[in-house]
Amino acid sequence: MEAMVAVMIAVLVGTGVYLVLRARTFPVILGITLLSYGVNLFVFISGRLALDQPPIAGAGPSTDPLPQALVLTAIVIGFAMTAFLVVLALRGQGETGTDHVDGQRDDGGEA
Amino acid sequence: MTLAVLVLLPFVGAALPLLADRLRASRTVLALSAALMPALALVLLIAPAGLVFDGQTVHAALPWVPSLGLALSFRLDGLALLFALLVLGIGLLVILYARYYLSAQEKAGRFFAFLLLFMGAMLGVVTSDNLLLLVLFWELTSLSSFLLIGFWSHQSAARKGARMALTVTGMGGLALLAGVLLIGQIVGSYSLGDALASGDLIRASELYPLILGLVLLGVFTKSAQFPFHFWLPHAMAAPTPVSAYLHSATMVKAGVFLLARFYPMLAGTNLWFDVVTLAGMATLLWGAAVALFQHDLKGLLAYSTISHLGLITLLFGLNSELAAVAAVFHIINHATFKASLFMAAGIIDHETGTRDMRRINGLWKYMPYTAVLAMVASAAMAGVPLLNGFLSKEMFFAETLESSRLGAMSWVLPLGATLGGVFSVAYSARFIHDVFFNGEPVNLPKFPPHEPPRYMKVPVEILVALCVAVGVLPSITVAGLLAVAAAATLGGELPEYHLAVWHGLNLPLMMSVVALVGGVLVYSSRNWLFRQYARLPEINANLIFERRIQGLARGAAALSNFLRNGSLQSYAAWLLTLVALVLLVHLSPAVLDGQRALLPLDGVSLLAGVMLVVAALITAILHRHRMTAIMSMSVVGLVVSLAFVRLSAPDLALTQLSVEIVTLLLLMLAMYFLPVRTRMESGWPRILRDLLLSVIIGGGVGVMAFAMMTSDFQSISGYFLENAKPGGGGTNVVNVILVDFRGFDTFGEITVLGIAAMGIYAMLRDLDLLSAPSDSLGRPWARDAHPLVLVTISRPLLPLALLISVYIFLRGHNLPGGGFIAGLITSVALLLQYVASGVAWVHRRMPGDYHPVVAVGLLLAGITGVASWFFGHPFLTSTFDYLYWPLVGKFEVASAMLFDIGVFLTVVGATLLMLANLGKLSLLDDKAKEGA
Repeated sequence: MEAMVAVMIAVLVGTGVYLVLRARTFPVILGITLLSYGVNLFVFISGRLALDQPPIAGAGPSTDPLPQALVLTAIVIGFAMTAFLVVLALRGQGETGTDHVDGQRDDGGEA
Repeated sequence: MTLAVLVLLPFVGAALPLLADRLRASRTVLALSAALMPALALVLLIAPAGLVFDGQTVHAALPWVPSLGLALSFRLDGLALLFALLVLGIGLLVILYARYYLSAQEKAGRFFAFLLLFMGAMLGVVTSDNLLLLVLFWELTSLSSFLLIGFWSHQSAARKGARMALTVTGMGGLALLAGVLLIGQIVGSYSLGDALASGDLIRASELYPLILGLVLLGVFTKSAQFPFHFWLPHAMAAPTPVSAYLHSATMVKAGVFLLARFYPMLAGTNLWFDVVTLAGMATLLWGAAVALFQHDLKGLLAYSTISHLGLITLLFGLNSELAAVAAVFHIINHATFKASLFMAAGIIDHETGTRDMRRINGLWKYMPYTAVLAMVASAAMAGVPLLNGFLSKEMFFAETLESSRLGAMSWVLPLGATLGGVFSVAYSARFIHDVFFNGEPVNLPKFPPHEPPRYMKVPVEILVALCVAVGVLPSITVAGLLAVAAAATLGGELPEYHLAVWHGLNLPLMMSVVALVGGVLVYSSRNWLFRQYARLPEINANLIFERRIQGLARGAAALSNFLRNGSLQSYAAWLLTLVALVLLVHLSPAVLDGQRALLPLDGVSLLAGVMLVVAALITAILHRHRMTAIMSMSVVGLVVSLAFVRLSAPDLALTQLSVEIVTLLLLMLAMYFLPVRTRMESGWPRILRDLLLSVIIGGGVGVMAFAMMTSDFQSISGYFLENAKPGGGGTNVVNVILVDFRGFDTFGEITVLGIAAMGIYAMLRDLDLLSAPSDSLGRPWARDAHPLVLVTISRPLLPLALLISVYIFLRGHNLPGGGFIAGLITSVALLLQYVASGVAWVHRRMPGDYHPVVAVGLLLAGITGVASWFFGHPFLTSTFDYLYWPLVGKFEVASAMLFDIGVFLTVVGATLLMLANLGKLSLLDDKAKEGA
C-alpha cells in the first residue's frame, strides 16, 4: 500500500510540475491543482498510513489526527488559491488580451 | 559609566552645530557649539585617565543584545587613552582650524556635525570592549568619513574619492566582521578582554590563518596598506581640515590601532611576521618613493602618510616587544607632525589658491611665520634630531637590525628601512625647499599671499610645539603616556627601553645620517628624477577603480537581466530546477531502508491507484483538450477523496469531495472565458527539459514519501487524542483540533479565505471579457441555458442538501463533519441552483451579496475568541455543557460550536462570493452578445 501511495504522490507531483511549466494559464491552473493534491497527500501521510482507525476519541485505535487537521484547512485554502489564480488569469487576459503567462501577445491572431 | 557617556557625547554634540546653523549663527558660534562636547569629553577623561596612569583599566558596560553577545561595553586602558586623547585633542584643534578654513558660503553646520559624528565613531572604536561593538563603530567611521570626504559634493573628484574610500574600507570592515565572528566562535565570547586573554587558543586554532587574513584585510584597507593604498590619495579631495583629522590622526590610524589592540591576540607567529612586515615594507617604500613625485602638496602628504603607516605596520609585524613600543611611539609622533603639515598645506592652499608645487615657490618672503612652522614639522617628518620623528625613527632603525626571522636575508629589512628614510628626507626637503624657496611663485591665483588669520595658526603652533617638546625632552613629556599605551598594547610587562636623543655612536645613528645625506642628494637630483618618472606609464587608480566598479555593475546587471528576464515561465523553471538539484543532492537510496511494517495492498485500492495515475497522466498529456483535462482531473480528485476514506480520514474525504465539486464549477466557468484553444507553445527541447524536471521532482518527492511512510515516528498527537473529550468536549479529534486546540490557526485560515474572496471580487470588478463565440471546432454554444431536467431535480434537492448540511455541522464535534464541510455542502447546494436556474433566478429569491456573510462569519469567530477573555481565559478558550433536547436526547453544546458557525459562514460566504461573481460575468457577457 505504501509503495502505491508513494507512486500516486510521485505522479501527481510530476504531472503538476510539468503542467506548471506550460506557457498558457489554463494548464498552469491544472498543474497547480494537481500539485496541491500531491502536496496534501504528502502532508497527510506524515501521519503514516492506517486502515480503519479514524481519529475518533474513544472508538478504538486511532490514527494521527494532526496532519488531517492541517490538510483539511489546506484543501479549503487550496481551493481559494485556485479560484484566485483562475480569476487572476481571467483578469490577465482581460488586461493583456492573451492567456500567455508572460503576457506575450499572440502574433498569428488565432484563437 | 562616565566612559559610556564620554563616547556618546560627540554624537549628542553632532546636533548642536546643526541647531546653531538653523539659528543662523556665525561661524565662530558654530565652531564653539561643535567644540563644546569634545571639550567636555576631554574634561571627563581626566578622572579615568588618572586611574589608567595608576595601572588600572576602567570599564563600563550596558547590556544591549545579550543573545547575540553584543554589549555596550567600553574599556579605557593605556592604548585607548592614548587614542582618545588624539581623537579629542586633535579633533578640537581641527574644529578651531576649520572655523577659519571654511568660507562663509559653506555649510559649516553640516560640516561640524559630520566631523563630530566621525569623532564619536572613532572614540567608539578605540574604547570598545566588545568585538561586535568595535566593528559597529568601525563601520560607522567608514560611513562618516564618506560624508566628510564627499563634503564638497559638487566636485566629481570628491564624490569619486568618497565612494572609493567607502568601497575599500567598507569591504575591509565586512572582512573584519567575519574575522571577529570567527574569533568569537573560538573564544566563546565577544568580550575584548576574554579575546585578548585567549591569544594562545586563537593562535593554535586551525582557523588562525583565516582569522588573521580577514582581520588584516580590515586593517590594511583602513590604514591604506599596499595593495589597498590607492584610495587615500583620492580622499585628498576632502576639505583640508578633514585630511588633517582623518588622514593623520584618526581614520587611517584605526587600522594600526587594531594591530595594536589585537597584538596580544594575533601576533607572535611567523605568519604574522611575514604578512604584516612585508605589507608594511612594501607600503613604506612605495609611499615614500611616490610621495617625492607628487606635485600636489596634499598628494605629497597623502603618500607620505601611506609610507609612515607602512612603517608603523612594519614595526608591529616584527614580533618584538620593543618594536611594538616604537610603533605606538611613532603613532603619536606621526599624528602630531602630519596633522600640523596638513594644516599648513591648507593654509598655503587658502592663501595662494593652489596646491601645485610647480607654481608655489618662494613663499618664505610672504609668510615667514607659517614657513617656520611647516619647516619644523617637515623636519620632524624627515627624522631630524631634536624633533619627535627622529626618536621613533631611530627606534625603528634599531629594531630592523634586531630581527633574524629572514635568516641570511635579514639585511633586507635595515636596507629597506634606510631606503625609506632616504626618500622620506627627500620629500620632506621638497616640501620645505620647493614651497618656501626655489625662486619666485609662478602665476598664483591669489597674489601676493599673506599670513593667515591669527587663530588659524594656533592649532599648527600647538602641534609643532609638541613635536619639539617631545623631540627635546622625551622623558618628561611623552614617556608616561607611551608607557601605559605600550603596556596596554603588549598586554603585560614593558621591555627595557630608554627614550633619549643621544644613544651614542651606533648603527641606527649611522642609518639616520645616511638617510639624511642620501635624502638631500636625491632631492638635489630631482629634475633628472622627475624626467625619468614622467616617462613611466601613468597609473590612474581612480580610472582603474571606476572601470572595475562599472564592470562589476555591468556584470551584475547582465546577470540579473539574465535571471530576471520578465518571463514567469523561466522563473518557475529556475525555481523547480533548484528543487530538482536539492532532491538529487540530498536523496540517497539509504532513505528507503525504513523498518516500519508495510500495509497489504488490496485489489480495489490498486485499481483506484491505477485510475489516479492514468487520469493524472491523461490530464498532463491532453491538457490542450480542456474538457477532457477537466474531466480526468476530476477523476484524480475523486480518487484522492477515496484514498482519504480508505486511509482513515473521513473528514478529509468529505472536504475533498465537496471541494472537488466547487473546483469543477470554477474551472468550467473559467474555461468559458479563456481562449477555446490552448496553443501549442513549447518546442521539443523545452518539453524534454520539463519532462526531465517533472520526473526528477516527482520521483524525488515519491521517494521522500515512501521513506517517510516506512520509518517510525513520534507524534505529539497523543495529547490531542487524550484531551479531545475531557478538554474540548468532542470526540472527533480533527474537528476539536480545528475549533479548539488550534483554533487560532483556523481563525487565521478562514481570514485568508475571506481575503482571497475579496481579492477575487476586486479583480472581477470592471473586468471586460468576452467569451469566444464558438467552441474549438467552430460550433456555436448551446442556447438552452437552463435544462428542464436539471432545474426540476435541483429545486427539491436544495432543502434536502441544507438539512444534510445542518446535520453534518451539528455532529461535527463528535463524528466526521463540522463547519468547513457543512459550509462546502451548503455552497454546493446553492451553486447548483445557480447552475440550474441562472444567476437572475437565484438573485430574485435571495440576496446576492455575500460580503456581509464573510464578515459576519469572521466576526462571530473572532468574538467567540475574545469572549473567553471576559472569563479570564486566553483567546479562544472553549467551554462546553450538556443540554437535554426533546426527541434528540442529551446534547452537548460547546462554545467552540459558535466558532464553528463562524467558520461555516465564512466558507459559505467566500465560496459563493467567488463563484457567483464569476458567474455574473457570464451574465454580462450574454447581455453584451444579445445587445450586439
